Amino acid sequence: MRLRLKQRSVLPGFGLTLGCTLLYVSLIVLVPLATLLARSSTISWEKFRETVMDPRVLASFRLTVGASLGGAAVNAVFGFVVAWVLVRYTFPGKKIVDALVDLPFALPTAVSGIALTSVYASNGWIGRLLEPLGIKVAYTPLGVMVALVFIGLPFVVRTLQPALEDLDREVEEAAASLGASRFRTFRRVILPTVLPALLTGTSLAFARALGEYGSVVFISGNMPMKTEIVPLLIITKLEQYDYAGATVIAVVTLVASFVLLLGINLLQWWGRRRAGGA
Amino acid sequence: MATRLAAREQVRGTAAITESPVARWALIGTGLVFLGLFLVTPLVAVFAQAFAKGVGVFFAAHWEPDALAAIRLTLLVAVIAVPVNTFFGVVASWAIAKFNFVGKNVLLTIIDLPFTVSPVVAGLIFVLMFGRQGWLGPWLDAHDLKVIFAVPGIVLATVFVTFPFVARELIPLMQAQGTEEEEAARVLGASGWKLFRRVTLPNIKWGLLYGVILCNARAMGEFGAVSVVSGHIRGATNTMPLHVEVLYNEYNFSAAFSVASLLTMLAVVTLVLKSVVEWQNNRQRALAAKLAAQE
Repeated sequence: MRLRLKQRSVLPGFGLTLGCTLLYVSLIVLVPLATLLARSSTISWEKFRETVMDPRVLASFRLTVGASLGGAAVNAVFGFVVAWVLVRYTFPGKKIVDALVDLPFALPTAVSGIALTSVYASNGWIGRLLEPLGIKVAYTPLGVMVALVFIGLPFVVRTLQPALEDLDREVEEAAASLGASRFRTFRRVILPTVLPALLTGTSLAFARALGEYGSVVFISGNMPMKTEIVPLLIITKLEQYDYAGATVIAVVTLVASFVLLLGINLLQWWGRRRAGGA
Repeated sequence: MATRLAAREQVRGTAAITESPVARWALIGTGLVFLGLFLVTPLVAVFAQAFAKGVGVFFAAHWEPDALAAIRLTLLVAVIAVPVNTFFGVVASWAIAKFNFVGKNVLLTIIDLPFTVSPVVAGLIFVLMFGRQGWLGPWLDAHDLKVIFAVPGIVLATVFVTFPFVARELIPLMQAQGTEEEEAARVLGASGWKLFRRVTLPNIKWGLLYGVILCNARAMGEFGAVSVVSGHIRGATNTMPLHVEVLYNEYNFSAAFSVASLLTMLAVVTLVLKSVVEWQNNRQRALAAKLAAQE
């Protein structure tokens, strides 16, 4: 059979639209990314190692990755609860709650940043409740995690909702008729079925948290070695005209996002395979 | 009546497969407390802080020249970025959703790239391209053109960051709708443009509207990428989010939250429009299903 580059179709406009698309994609996405890679290739290995091994840079990597993981984990648990409650139960105000889940997605990051800081600062509405307990949120890594929980929440909930809606209730009925308690049914029947969606949503939240700047930079306090996130470090290096250093960190971040994106695509493929095979 | 009852049971479950009321309300309570802590409180805080010093201060914060310049710049950026990316989104979804070709998945991944890149990295890329020591820096200097630390850089960075939004909305939608209706129209003799206008556009109008709304929200609210390329020149290269940052860093909290509340109102409008779009979409689909069942 001859290899076809494109399936035959009666619909018009393929050449024109594909041409436009490729032109646009090259100009807006590929050329900028190629520039980054080209510039980074001019940086020597020593400079690369020296930048990455710098204690301040390492500290910021640790903070960003750690806080993103923590935030994604919190979202995995509570996002699941929120998604479950939205899919399975009715309660007054459910429609508003459902719309509200998208707020972190729609709200500009700078606004979320200052709002979260004002709420969780020592004299803020929630901050002043936690202060007597000795828990400081604003200007600590905990504050960074709070901001990342805010930013990642819609990813987990919106990925889980379709998966929970697609659950076949008959399988649960079968488990109940065989004598399983609700919790056992949840653990052995429901959770494994929605696990791919849960992992995908959590990974998306994690990936977004890694690169997040606006919502975090206000609440974090930005103390080098303690509460400095990676995106801020890139900007600091730029302001000091250390273009090479900034490029190095940016390339590391980019490679990490690509690897994550690949992982997420694999997760989604795994999920589709499981759903198809069921 | 019987079918509606059965449908409700299908979703909510019979007694055997529903949790006890205690468990149910405990879960609802946990979810609501979590959302209250993380979502509702910051939202309310924005408005509370904005009006803390009274309505007069609220309006004064917007009516001063730097704030007005920021609002103008934000609107300008949105007016350029949103139509450009909408045009691209529609064109790309047509090519990707209605045809099968080699390399489709690669193209999809590339379109998604700006979504995965950190906004600060995006800004850095444009500085590397158009900045003083950048790739095109000397050429721009020779022609006395400024991109970085000027409006064109901000527009470019915003276009990059909001690039995938409309396409991401339309592609799954058009893929789910398939090609049968368009092919039928073609067989009946419709030209390409007529086909698109009369068959495809009505089907995708709600998804398109939602994609445009999201794209606009992101274009007006983008902070990280714009922060890198803008140079923060008051009254000239500050968008509204950047102006909020400037005010906040000067400890001018009421003014910062006043401008922020404008952006928050935009976000709330975005959420409301999204609900409306979803409701209309569901209505359209239910109507189509009913008509199909009647045949």
